[in-house]
Amino acid sequence: MEGFVALYIFMLAAVVGYELITKVPVILHTPLMSGSNFIHGIVLVGAMVVMGHAEGAAETTIGFIAVLLAAGNAVGGYVVTERMLEMFKPSDKLKESKNKGGH
Amino acid sequence: MDLIIQIIYFIGALLFILGLKMMGSPITARKGIVWAGFGMLLATLITYFHSEITHNYIWMTVAIALGGIVAYISGKKVAMTDMPQMIALYNGMGGGAAAAIAAVVLLKMEFTNGIVQTLAVLGAVIGTVAFSGSLIAFAKLQGLMKGVIRFPMQQWVNALVFVITLTLGLAIILSGNNYAIGTLVAFFVFALAFGVMMTIPIGGADMPVVISLYNALTGLAVGFEGYVLGNPAMMIAGVVVGSAGTLLTQLMAKAMNRPISNVLFSNFGEGGDGEAQAVSGSMKEIDSTDVAVMMAFAEKVVIIPGYGMAVAQAQHKVWEMTKQLQERGVTVKFAIHPVAGRMPGHMNVLLAEAGVPYDIIYDLDEINEEFPTTDVVLVIGANDVVNPAARTDPASPIYGMPILNADYAKNVIVVKRGKGTGFSGIENHLFFADNTRMLYGDGQDVANDLVTSLKEL
Repeated sequence: MEGFVALYIFMLAAVVGYELITKVPVILHTPLMSGSNFIHGIVLVGAMVVMGHAEGAAETTIGFIAVLLAAGNAVGGYVVTERMLEMFKPSDKLKESKNKGGH
Repeated sequence: MDLIIQIIYFIGALLFILGLKMMGSPITARKGIVWAGFGMLLATLITYFHSEITHNYIWMTVAIALGGIVAYISGKKVAMTDMPQMIALYNGMGGGAAAAIAAVVLLKMEFTNGIVQTLAVLGAVIGTVAFSGSLIAFAKLQGLMKGVIRFPMQQWVNALVFVITLTLGLAIILSGNNYAIGTLVAFFVFALAFGVMMTIPIGGADMPVVISLYNALTGLAVGFEGYVLGNPAMMIAGVVVGSAGTLLTQLMAKAMNRPISNVLFSNFGEGGDGEAQAVSGSMKEIDSTDVAVMMAFAEKVVIIPGYGMAVAQAQHKVWEMTKQLQERGVTVKFAIHPVAGRMPGHMNVLLAEAGVPYDIIYDLDEINEEFPTTDVVLVIGANDVVNPAARTDPASPIYGMPILNADYAKNVIVVKRGKGTGFSGIENHLFFADNTRMLYGDGQDVANDLVTSLKEL
């Protein structure tokens, strides 16, 4: 049964991922790829757990590498995505019409 | 404590999905990544209290600090033009982490259930391939590795390596907890080799599609290892990225008019049969003063930038020119082809860096019907994406690729370094059209001259 719950989670997550991307404009493809790259940085959590119960030199060393790489993925992915998205600004005209409550 | 951890993981997964959703619109995108980052921070901190973590706290923190600091500095320093390879590098690290998790789990040999073991092995293959493949992609785009490496029977050799990898993986799954360490090592070595061999024959122009594919693969590997570790946050985040990444890969390949199978298993430039149509007419030159006058008295100007503009670092000057035109009451729009820059959306990032607001930037579908009513089109650093041969000449290698119909405009100005055919070696019919004038020179110098000429008007 537990395996089937996992299967449902996988299926629903796949649908969500697909739906999120279908309506995205081309202008955001690069930051979005970078952003999704950041999100799989959650692998850090798993790497920490694995290192936290690693036994012996081989397991500990590989665990250390896992945490190191995962931290690089998460932090690097965040920094470059944030840098790119921070630059996307609307024109003054659009900002004004927003402030006035127009569209 | 376990309940609190589960709640935090749940919130983390929710924030990732919401963040990704917000990243789908330029207005909310910035907030999206910040929320997702907040989710990541929460999930990481609470993991310190995870019941399965019993020791190694200090080394764990050292690893996080070391990986985090190096990534932070490199991420802050990287130039916007080098973004594709940086994403490849960070993605490779994620794939490597997933593979390393699988390696530790497989070394422990404590499997009680075949499904867990199968997913651990699958995650290991996918993560390892994404790791070594992404590193090759990084090396190629960074210029550390030049050209493509091809040899006879390459696809067969690759297929053989892949089959060996899968066979070793299957042997591990079938032998329960009794496989030899040698088998495990060989399994990882072959998976690493496959990632390398799959990537070396692929050319630089196709690399974005490949990076996007590896991004999706890493997501999938993370999702599988999440199941192995019983961690729903990893499962959800990983699979969401896996499917989002797959779709993004398809969209990119479609924009480049290159089926994914073509990118992975064949070479560019093989399409197109027979002789290309001969070009008639001649290239007609114009100087920057005349161009400035034309644009200043136009009603609507559309600028088509290509990667050449970014190489010449001309985007800041082009934006200055745009502002001058806007002050004169000219409507200026930027038209971006999906493959402008080094990957889809890259040109938008480069223009955003120069300060160009996103609402005057249009993509192919939005702008194409506007060209017949456009007075002046300024093509700067772009070539194939405005070549009408893609529409008219079935023998052309780019036939069928969606292009920006610049040739429908009343006047077309092409800024170009020299008279050659450029990067792809394909003759551009637009350059010879009656309504086209060529403005020769380096992108940066030309933009500078145009700004000066506009001031003097």
